[in-house]
Amino acid sequence: MSSVRADYIRPLDIKHGRVDLSHGSGGRAMAQLVEHLFAAAFNNEWLAQRNDQALLPQPEGRIVMATDSHVVSPLFFPGGDIGCLSVHGTINDVAMSGAHPLWLAAAFILEEGFALADLKRIVDSMANAASEAGVPIVTGDTKVVEGGKGDGVFITTTGVGVVPPGIAISGDLARPGDSIIVSGTLGDHGMAVMSQRESLAFVTDLRSDTAALHGLVAAMIAAVPEVRVLRDPTRGGLATTLNEIASQSRVGMLIDEAAVPVQRQVAAACEFLGLDPLYVANEGKLVAIVPAERSERLLQAMRAHPLGRQAALIGVVTADQHHFVQMHTRFGGKRIVDWLAGDQLPRIC
Amino acid sequence: MKYIDEFRDGALARNLATAIAAEADPGRTYHLMEFCGGHTHAISRYGIADLLPTSVRMIHGPGCPVCVLPIGRVDLAIELALKQRVILATYGDCLRVPASNGLSLLKAKARGGDVRMVYSPADALKLAQAHPDREVVFFAIGFETTTPPTALVIKEAARLALANFSVVCNHVLTPAAITNILESPEVRQLGTLALDGFIGPAHVSTIIGSQPYEFFAEEYRKPVVIAGFEPLDVMQAILMLVRQINQGRAEVENEFTRAVTREGSVKAQALVSEVFELRRSFEWRGLGEVPYSALRIRQPFAAFDAERRFNLETRSVADNKACECGAILRGVRHPRDCKVFGTLCTPESPIGSCMVSSEGACAAHYSFGRFREIAVVVAVA
Amino acid sequence: MCLAIPVRVVELLGDAAALVDLDGIRKEISLALVDGVSVGDYVIMHVGYALARLDPDEAERTLALFAAAPAAQAT
Repeated sequence: MSSVRADYIRPLDIKHGRVDLSHGSGGRAMAQLVEHLFAAAFNNEWLAQRNDQALLPQPEGRIVMATDSHVVSPLFFPGGDIGCLSVHGTINDVAMSGAHPLWLAAAFILEEGFALADLKRIVDSMANAASEAGVPIVTGDTKVVEGGKGDGVFITTTGVGVVPPGIAISGDLARPGDSIIVSGTLGDHGMAVMSQRESLAFVTDLRSDTAALHGLVAAMIAAVPEVRVLRDPTRGGLATTLNEIASQSRVGMLIDEAAVPVQRQVAAACEFLGLDPLYVANEGKLVAIVPAERSERLLQAMRAHPLGRQAALIGVVTADQHHFVQMHTRFGGKRIVDWLAGDQLPRIC
Repeated sequence: MKYIDEFRDGALARNLATAIAAEADPGRTYHLMEFCGGHTHAISRYGIADLLPTSVRMIHGPGCPVCVLPIGRVDLAIELALKQRVILATYGDCLRVPASNGLSLLKAKARGGDVRMVYSPADALKLAQAHPDREVVFFAIGFETTTPPTALVIKEAARLALANFSVVCNHVLTPAAITNILESPEVRQLGTLALDGFIGPAHVSTIIGSQPYEFFAEEYRKPVVIAGFEPLDVMQAILMLVRQINQGRAEVENEFTRAVTREGSVKAQALVSEVFELRRSFEWRGLGEVPYSALRIRQPFAAFDAERRFNLETRSVADNKACECGAILRGVRHPRDCKVFGTLCTPESPIGSCMVSSEGACAAHYSFGRFREIAVVVAVA
Repeated sequence: MCLAIPVRVVELLGDAAALVDLDGIRKEISLALVDGVSVGDYVIMHVGYALARLDPDEAERTLALFAAAPAAQAT
């Protein structure tokens, strides 16, 4: 329990209050915000100590660290919000090395005038996500910027984890002949967010797939420790991730369009806007590259996990000095799936 | 998706590929121009070239409204956003088109221009209603498909007596562009561009009907087959063109009968005539000045004409000397013939508009097809 | 050059508008350019406007044309 006076000058007005510059100044207003909003929600022994840092026990194993900044707009979307997104995103970055995530740090940049009610919603969502994932937020920071300089709130999360012995997972380890597997349907998050944008608004029950994948990853590497590459296809979608890996590993890829799982509504939403689902962001999916003889076993392990039910084998790694990602189209022809030039924009032509 | 998936069926594609190969005379080449950028995109995206015999060559035409938009017109939009401080509403397609001074609408937005992407002209109208204190200008582009919605929105603005809404009209006409190609020296005199037939645009034709193409078939003796947008439509149209050429016919045939009739949409045509009239001439990027090829807003709706409202003058801006977009749009050159293709000019840093629009010949070739040009030994270990 | 897709009319709304559906995605669009559209019809939609009614009989005929092409030889 806090050792600071329980009665501040006046209680935090969550319902109607707004962030102002004093909340970032380091004084009492900020202490009140931290204690009654952040620490109360995240609620763990480290934050309770009210230090600027968290003293952590020595972890066993090779340490992995990852950081991510979150600037999503809109802040709230079907299936999630910037809060849980920031927790899942960094847990996933850590988990893509095969590591078990241990702790998170969260830094907030708040725009003056941002509604405290919205901030509480976001913070509670983060607390929920962290608690469900079993990864506490042990330290953090808050700053406030003048109105007009931020999109309401920016969140940066940093995560630390440990890799179990015998696991070597990295983007440069894909080899010709390896199987390419995805954990489920693609494009859900990006289209769910896009459906909320004014002027593109369409009615749908599409929800973001935002999720922490470390449980799925643990199940995967327990069954198949020979997994070579793991990556979550976030911004830029599957196409960008495959091109990144192809480039890092200096290989090519050949995927089968018919094998790539895409929800009907996502395909339809993409048709509406002239977008390609291969380039649409995902927040709860991963790509795995594994030696071909282990692919069946890996698929089995993935499909047994709630976040991998629709795991699918979509292609094969090839030897290609140009590092092209090629695709057999559903139609029977072949095309390359190239890097994206900037964000995909809806088109009318 | 009904009426979409069935028209993308791979098994039927193989059937059609076999039929085309069987009927195409191996002793000659069939030079077919797909006028419409949407067809260019479909051909690339589905890898249709893989399914055609080598005797059938597809030539990309200028039916890409973004590709033919002159730099000077994009400059107008940028000027409105940056100097006149209007809310500039535009389709997503125009945002990255490179204009003068290294700017694009997207870059103008980064410099503080209030540039907003809209999906529909109706959204631009809504912006005007939501911001009565600001001028809202809609940058309208497109062939005949996109023109009726603009007409409706101008009429609605008139009905509402909106005082802060206007349109920069860049609507262009398909038959004029086809004439321009057929009249070009390369086709008519020099014979450098062999052109045996056209795949006619899908959705433009739902508005104008199949009738306007009859002139080309008769006058220039070139067959035209209007094709739907899906890859099976395109292949069927190619088969129909090959048949016509083999039989020495030059007729207008309609493959897209599910949406196109001979008269087209009389209602839409009437609306367009009510709001717009022909410009005597209009500069098309790559084609130069083309007579009676574009529309401007009629006098009764002058209050909604941004060019009159803001006293805008269009400057003619020359393309980068190395850019071959003009020749590519006319079908005379292929993207790979352009010296800067894939090197200086890429989708990330486009020099010409053929690379900006995803249905531009260069962007389509770069994104989907350039791998064929490179001898790649793809070996699975 | 014009991205337009066939969508199903699920509800007619006032003021020449309709709610359309494509595989579960729904949007309100304008019917001001077409006449005689009923619920259950398919229309070709472009930038939020229906351009034309899709003729289901013609669609079937076109599909039949594709199928009538000589079947691919077994390799």
